Amino acid sequence: MILDLKHIFKDYQQDKLVVPVLKDINLQVEEGEYVAIMGPSGSGKTTLMNIIGCLDKPTTGEFYLEGNDILKLKDRELSGVRLNSIGFVFQSFHLMPRESALENVALPLSYAGVKKKERKERALRALERVGLGERATFMPTQLSGGQKQRVAIARAMVNNPKILLADEPTGALDSKSGAQIMELFQRLNEEGVTIVMITHDANIANHAKRIYHIIDGEISEETREEEHHEEV
Amino acid sequence: MLENIRLSFKGIWSHKMRSFLTMLGIIIGIAAIIAIVSTIKGTNEQIKENIVGSGDNTVDIALYQGDWMYEMGYEGIPAGVPVINDDIVEELKDIPNVKNVSLYLSRQDYAVYYLNTALSGGYVMGVDENYFSTCNFIIQKGRGFTKEDYTKYHKVALLDPDSEEALFQGEDAIGKTIEIKSEPYIVIGIVDKAQEFEPVINSLEDYYTYAEDSTGKVYIPDSTWPIVYQFDEPQNVVLQVESTDDMTNAGKDGAAILNAYLQVSDETIKYRAEDLLEQAKKIQQLSESTNSMLIWIAGISLIVGGIGVMNIMLVSVTERTQEIGLKKAIGARKSNILGQFLTEAAVLTSLGGIFGVLTGIGLAEIISKVTDMPVAISVPAAVASVAFSMIIGVVFGMLPSYKAANLDPIEALRRE
Ligand SMILES: Nc1ncnc2c1ncn2[C@@H]1O[C@H](COP(=O)(O)OP(=O)(O)O)[C@@H](O)[C@H]1O
Ligand SMILES: [Mg+2]
Repeated sequence: MILDLKHIFKDYQQDKLVVPVLKDINLQVEEGEYVAIMGPSGSGKTTLMNIIGCLDKPTTGEFYLEGNDILKLKDRELSGVRLNSIGFVFQSFHLMPRESALENVALPLSYAGVKKKERKERALRALERVGLGERATFMPTQLSGGQKQRVAIARAMVNNPKILLADEPTGALDSKSGAQIMELFQRLNEEGVTIVMITHDANIANHAKRIYHIIDGEISEETREEEHHEEV
Repeated sequence: MLENIRLSFKGIWSHKMRSFLTMLGIIIGIAAIIAIVSTIKGTNEQIKENIVGSGDNTVDIALYQGDWMYEMGYEGIPAGVPVINDDIVEELKDIPNVKNVSLYLSRQDYAVYYLNTALSGGYVMGVDENYFSTCNFIIQKGRGFTKEDYTKYHKVALLDPDSEEALFQGEDAIGKTIEIKSEPYIVIGIVDKAQEFEPVINSLEDYYTYAEDSTGKVYIPDSTWPIVYQFDEPQNVVLQVESTDDMTNAGKDGAAILNAYLQVSDETIKYRAEDLLEQAKKIQQLSESTNSMLIWIAGISLIVGGIGVMNIMLVSVTERTQEIGLKKAIGARKSNILGQFLTEAAVLTSLGGIFGVLTGIGLAEIISKVTDMPVAISVPAAVASVAFSMIIGVVFGMLPSYKAANLDPIEALRRE
């Protein structure tokens, strides 16, 4: 089991008021799986994603990633997990605006201490993997939304992590670009990458093999036969 | 690291105006320091050159009464002042780093004439045979004194260019007869310092220092001194030493040796070396202490500049919250973020330092053009300035960098 979350609770403190956001989340993902998490806005999807991505800690609960007890790790070790085991993709791409596509993709490699020449080669290979080998020198402003997201995916995958976490990866894209991203995810998953994708679009979620729903911080798994009626 | 420096330059370049304004405090502070240091250095070098001279490395030892050179009255040499004989001269020659020793007599005399032209305020110098070689003089025209001139009491004189000009005003002096206290002396030659030395006169003090030197001197063999002057003059000693830095010690040692022979009742009468190096140092210290205050003020402006850098960096951290959050999400450690921002601050202030040095050099050149003050650019000061600017960047970049490194990545990513 690559991801194992047990009884995860997350509360936010807001002016002496405790707001529960995640309530008793249990989520297990096997290596190589493709899982979607659906839910309306404000239901706690991003909060859960941040916990899975080792950026945030739950108020209570247990979390094992590749068998490691994440909640016991120190700040420095968590950086290492994010660097080597997890790739992040966001709705708004988060590319460095003044760096070329290649430089953006190479960024995690510099934190991994990879030498300059190798950084370039590996970043270029990652760009080729998402079909943007020819756009390596382009600046983010010279790329379309779909292309930007593909650069972001190349950046997430450049260190060959086992897990790809995507928070509404198609949320800012038109349906054609969105479909391209879904194709890419499909291919990465076939290559063995475990994918956890957040979305509130049922069509997008349908690309995944398993779908979870979060409503008001509570999670439930959808059985494939069941017809989903949530269109938010 | 190199990657961080590259990114820093990129960031600075993309915010040219803001970066420049941020650096301005540092630029002004460093420019002021460089300008001040350059003028201090220029002035000091000039003071040393003016006072110590062209490096002929000679020290005069004369008899003083209190703070003034002993003035001959009608009573002559005070009782108990010894005749400086060959034995004492040998003793003086044994002082470490002393190359040559000569004796001379000197008196300011208003009664030196060529026809009706007077050498007013000039000095008559009775010198021993090797005086000119000790003091690095060369015979410019005519001939020098010979052994015979001394043994046979020839009334012959050598002039320096100042007295030649004052008495003869361009006329050829060689072979002409001048009068010293009504005694006729034949001019046989012109002597001058071997090394040409043009004093630079900037102040009244400088002027007085040179006024004395430039009134002209008339040299006669010391054996003929009694023909002109009834009273013996106390003997003066001139030591030639190896290097300028030996002047102070050799002068002190020489004066001590001579004082050991003194048996005068008046305690204030003492041999003393004219310590030009000490004098130069004192004047230098004076100019340095006034200017060190200016340096403090410039230093404060540097600190103000540093605070400005800190301020802008704090703003920049807030602006770049998203960037920091993303970097943390993709695996950057706290130390990576800290390093990035510290490098940025250090690059920014170092650049400011470099611009400051250039501005300061320009400023110093302008000062020297406008005020005629000499300037000398100090390379160590320039290097130290840039290094110091870098340290300011690191120190004042610390707080913003820590803030960036400790930013909560979730908060940072939420801001969309
Ligand atoms: N730092 C915070 N302080 C207080 N409340 C927060 C904070 N972050 C998120 N929340 C709240 O938690 C809930 C879930 O947010 P989020 O996980 O972003 O939802 P989603 O991604 O599903 O839209 C929201 O109601 C949001 O207002
Ligand atoms: Mg969200």
